[in-house]
Amino acid sequence: MAMPSIHFLANPARFQRFSARILPWLGALTALLWASGLYMALLVAPPDYQQGETVRIMFVHVPAAWWSMAAYALLAGLGAALLVWRHPLAALMARAVAPVGAAYALVCLVSGSFWGRPMWGTWWVWDARLTSMLLLFFLYLGHIALSRAFDDSERGDRAAAVLALVGVVNLPVIKFSVDWWNTLHQPASVMKLDGPAIHPSILTPLLVMAAAYLALLVFLVLLRTETEIGRRRLETAALTGR
Amino acid sequence: MTRKRKRLWLLLGSLGAFAVAVGLVLVALNDSLVFFYSPTEIAAKPPPAEKSLRIGGLVAPGSVVKSADGLTTTFDVTDTSHTLKVSYRGQLPDLFREGQGIVALGTLRADGVFAAREVLAKHDENYMPPEVADALKKAGRWKEGEPVPGNTK
Repeated sequence: MAMPSIHFLANPARFQRFSARILPWLGALTALLWASGLYMALLVAPPDYQQGETVRIMFVHVPAAWWSMAAYALLAGLGAALLVWRHPLAALMARAVAPVGAAYALVCLVSGSFWGRPMWGTWWVWDARLTSMLLLFFLYLGHIALSRAFDDSERGDRAAAVLALVGVVNLPVIKFSVDWWNTLHQPASVMKLDGPAIHPSILTPLLVMAAAYLALLVFLVLLRTETEIGRRRLETAALTGR
Repeated sequence: MTRKRKRLWLLLGSLGAFAVAVGLVLVALNDSLVFFYSPTEIAAKPPPAEKSLRIGGLVAPGSVVKSADGLTTTFDVTDTSHTLKVSYRGQLPDLFREGQGIVALGTLRADGVFAAREVLAKHDENYMPPEVADALKKAGRWKEGEPVPGNTK
């Protein structure tokens, strides 16, 4: 056992008891964070000195980008848990994560496009940051498709896990694309070594929105994992005729 | 070695090898992954005539000249060590102004002027309310296009 802690929620029944207890609280917290985050982002935060009111798109765009990348890291971790440790829940949770991560990536791409039109003067350019982010979206779609491409769902799980692990090299490329190459996309404002280049009045709503996106991600993943456990039970019951 | 341990090493080994391969490909493709070239790079390695490419840099202050018909704009793009003259006919983005970072798509003419057919504004990574930007500028602690000193925290 390389990692005993990974087996804490390995038992589906234990997982269901755990998630049933926290899901209502998490749902309330998610709603609260979204309400206060959107209020701060759309009404309280000041306009930017250059972008004016368009800066508000950033509050939707940036957290979606962060958590779509984090969700992909989770997807890859679940892939490793499945392939290496044969973790019984990993495959189900991966199926739960992928569509949520894909949705986040899509929100990031679309909101970025709406920002790019007035600010850059174009909806889309093929620079390294935008292209690698589009690739992340396609990796998610590939994962969703591959996991459902086999009659035997366990084979689909394993193929999708390999794809998730292969795609993980894209994460540092997305993050550092703005530093490694000249891109139209601006470099990092918040996650950089010498501190954020964002005024607190704009940074605070951004961080609240980031917390809201995270809470929604965890909420949806737990809920969807429960659904997948139920679905797998039904499949097994149908196969064994009981 | 247990089976799990073996699978783990196999996974880490193949991922590592794959990452190295991708890294090498990206390094090899460096030239085509760059979205734009700086005036210094253009000066060091002039592109072939009629080749479409993008250049980027800051609009040099005081260099923007509108033609009499108001359609053609010429300006200098600088990376502070080299400067390139750009001529563009068309509508400029809202953020276009002196000191602003821009990216232009076009061709380098024989006379050394870059004939742009598309100009995009490049936004920097600084976000702040207008009052803060004004106060910083008034205090002489910051100019547009520069990194903001560590006082936004």
